[in-house]
Amino acid sequence: MKIVVTVKQVPDPNSTLTLEADNTISREKEVVLDPGDECGVEEGLQLKEAHGGEVVLVSMGPERARDAIRKGLSMGADRGVLISDAELAGADALLTAKVLAAAIKKEQPDLVICATESYDGSTGMVPPMLAELLGLPQLTFAKKVEVDGSTVKVHRQTADGYQVVEAVTPALITVTAAIAEPRYASLKGIMAARSKEIKQVSVADLGVDKGAPAETIEGVVDAEVRKAGEVIEDDGHAVEKIVQVLAAAKVL
Amino acid sequence: MASILVYAELSQGKVASTSLELMTKARELGDVYAVALGTGAKAAAAVLGKHGAKVVHVSEDGAFDDYIAEPATDALAALYQQQKPDLILFGFTSDSREVAGRLAARLDAGLISNASDVSASGGGFVAKVPYFGGSKIASMKANAKPAIVLVRPKSFEASESGGAAQVKQLDVAVAAESRRAHITERVVEASEKVKLEEARIVISGGRGMGGPQNFPLLDELASALGGAVGASRAVVDAGWVPYSMQVGQTGKSVRPGVYIAVGISGAMQHTVGMKTSKVIIAINKDAEAPIMKMADLGVVGDALKIVPALTAAVKAKKHG
Repeated sequence: MKIVVTVKQVPDPNSTLTLEADNTISREKEVVLDPGDECGVEEGLQLKEAHGGEVVLVSMGPERARDAIRKGLSMGADRGVLISDAELAGADALLTAKVLAAAIKKEQPDLVICATESYDGSTGMVPPMLAELLGLPQLTFAKKVEVDGSTVKVHRQTADGYQVVEAVTPALITVTAAIAEPRYASLKGIMAARSKEIKQVSVADLGVDKGAPAETIEGVVDAEVRKAGEVIEDDGHAVEKIVQVLAAAKVL
Repeated sequence: MASILVYAELSQGKVASTSLELMTKARELGDVYAVALGTGAKAAAAVLGKHGAKVVHVSEDGAFDDYIAEPATDALAALYQQQKPDLILFGFTSDSREVAGRLAARLDAGLISNASDVSASGGGFVAKVPYFGGSKIASMKANAKPAIVLVRPKSFEASESGGAAQVKQLDVAVAAESRRAHITERVVEASEKVKLEEARIVISGGRGMGGPQNFPLLDELASALGGAVGASRAVVDAGWVPYSMQVGQTGKSVRPGVYIAVGISGAMQHTVGMKTSKVIIAINKDAEAPIMKMADLGVVGDALKIVPALTAAVKAKKHG
């Protein structure tokens, strides 16, 4: 079974974000492999271990996103593809999906695994776009995945439980953080990753027409800030104070 | 006048409250029509009419209930070709965004997600999108046609306009090739006592709760106050509590009378889902946590001591 896992390099969720002069989020900070994608890589590796095959990581990003791919390779993925091109700076979700789809098409995978959403954008728009562009069914919010021959079955997280969703491969699945605990890269894995292939491709290589931007930012303003109220140390009387606030809000 | 199509999300045969919020906003922007797909679509049309839809396109084909995203995308794409709406509105919910994403890719449309407002501007549409910890709001202009905008739940108050919609049967045969991601079983694990989105009081726990074993402390406080318990993404990701409890950008949006954040630092992912609460109380051991800067009352202390004491005080006051 050939599995493609999409991966993204994101600002470290544990660091504080800063803004550039043009109001885009600074990419100069500490960057890591998106923690959601680590779960995707882990699930890909477990499926490969159970069914054989190959795990290919596909990423779009600047040159240094190579580090995020390398991290996945050190966990055990087989090789990587990095779509890196100055033309793609500031790409929106649809352009991102178009270039990822073009790169993934060349791989002819049985399964495409994406995280439900990225840690930095958190909008989750790329996976359904990608499924559409690749002509694949989408099995989403998976907290469990089973593959049996050419059937893929997932437990899809819902507000009050889960649904069992089935499709025939090839298919695209999105996984939640509950899918699998990502493994640590072993020293052997880190060493092995150094010699694994990361192929770099450009927009021209993929033959994607960048087109005009579908959305433009007209302006940025500071959000209305909730005024900070009173901050008190709990000296044993905090509960009384909370009860007063609850009473004033007429909920008690 | 601009024409606006609202995708009415049906959940167990009922219109999602988010869809009615969208209807209310859409009335300000132009002529509104809606599309409702799956079981309950016809009954939904009446509700949508009351909220300002002039026409509701319906289909009760079970394929819309049983197959993820593709049948709905086909129906919307066909409707788009017939009607050419200027704007298509979706709720920013997990089900709607899957359809919106596929549709945007199929139509090569401009798509703006996670919006908190949308307005007409210069013959097109501009959406407000919170980002960077919710501390900035970008105005995004949709250039391509149609514009597809996904709006966060609770961004608007739903209100009725007293109208009645013309109901039109949507002539779409769901193709076999769109019947792929098949929902074969629905399993209900947790039934909420008080719905998180509708609760007057929400008490949410984060990493500062120390572990899942301490969440019953929040349950006890919630039942004393008649509220519901929520959680931050961090503890949902860690597997302490189910996803259904997640409040935030990719969880639920809540707007209760009082929101009590316990052991939650206040990352943007979380605050964007609760910051319009009327009163916010934060309990956290870190006086510098971002949540303290937006709380009406911030208490610096040990949540595991304060919460049970508060529960006892609430019970005493209720019975006193």
